[in-house]
Amino acid sequence: MSQAIEQPRIVKIRENVLKKNDILARELRKRFQEQQVYVVNIVSSPGSGKTTLLTEVLTRLSPKFNVAALVGDLATENDAHRLEQSGAKVKQITTGTVCHLEAQMIEDSIKNWDLNQLDFLFIENVGNLVCPSSYDLGENIRVVLFSTTEGEDKPEKYPTIVNSADIAILTKIDLAEAVDFNKESFYQSIYQSRPNMKVFEVSAKKDMGIDQWIDFLIEERMKAF
Amino acid sequence: MHELSIAYSLVQLAVETAEQNQFKKVDALRLKLGVFSGVVKESLEFSFDIATEGTIIEGARLIIDEIPLKIYCSQCEKEYVLKKPVPVKCPKCNIGTDQILEGKEIELYELVGG
Repeated sequence: MSQAIEQPRIVKIRENVLKKNDILARELRKRFQEQQVYVVNIVSSPGSGKTTLLTEVLTRLSPKFNVAALVGDLATENDAHRLEQSGAKVKQITTGTVCHLEAQMIEDSIKNWDLNQLDFLFIENVGNLVCPSSYDLGENIRVVLFSTTEGEDKPEKYPTIVNSADIAILTKIDLAEAVDFNKESFYQSIYQSRPNMKVFEVSAKKDMGIDQWIDFLIEERMKAF
Repeated sequence: MHELSIAYSLVQLAVETAEQNQFKKVDALRLKLGVFSGVVKESLEFSFDIATEGTIIEGARLIIDEIPLKIYCSQCEKEYVLKKPVPVKCPKCNIGTDQILEGKEIELYELVGG
């Protein structure tokens, strides 16, 4: 008696593993677009100055626009408290052990918000230059921050996040000379992964470049809606 | 270390597909992983074993096909597969490009089982 041997079947799938996140991000983007909320996703390593810069941006935008911020951290609400000083609506997302923000966390956080009342939403991602690159949050633009104190070769070490971002900001530019920062090689390392990327140089402490960055955001928002 | 999150998403997608196809067991999963996906292959392999525990996928082999960066150069109007992911430049014209055709995927594309 011959025994029937069951051949393994092969099923073709071709589906993005992060499909669920991508679908949700697309829905969020549509909602933001309809309500005319311009969304900025800010990524960087810890300590590069996201919160300091964002506090300054929120403060300067608030007189003319309705601004809000979501801020992701593994633990503590410290950053939210710092951002609240700007007078903007701020909500902390504590991720526990998760090293990045996902679209679901954004949706949960804005559940009871009236988006119609908002012009700008800033999302300060968890301080990390690797993981946030894979997750679309429905943003209009993704901004990657590097500080002069981190050294000029940081973009070269993290090409994926640079490539996934639309804009780069070089922070703590007032310290460039003190830390022997080589600007030329910084730009080279940016262009390696993202040719022609637009870069802003700022110092929140010494008020350098902040207004140019804000003007750019306002212009981009006008173009978007 | 977001590979554990990715592994859980991968297993969830694989379990759904296995159920839809009435698989009793899964022997292998094939995944396309781009060099610009932001995912570390070794970390994902490690996380995969943890994420599959207690599911129909447990014990299945994870086969990862690494996808190099494929770009389009608008200067010479040609596609190139780059040996190294950076610099993102046309090897002929030496001009940078934003047009990435392949190399960012985290894609489950095959399930083997029965």
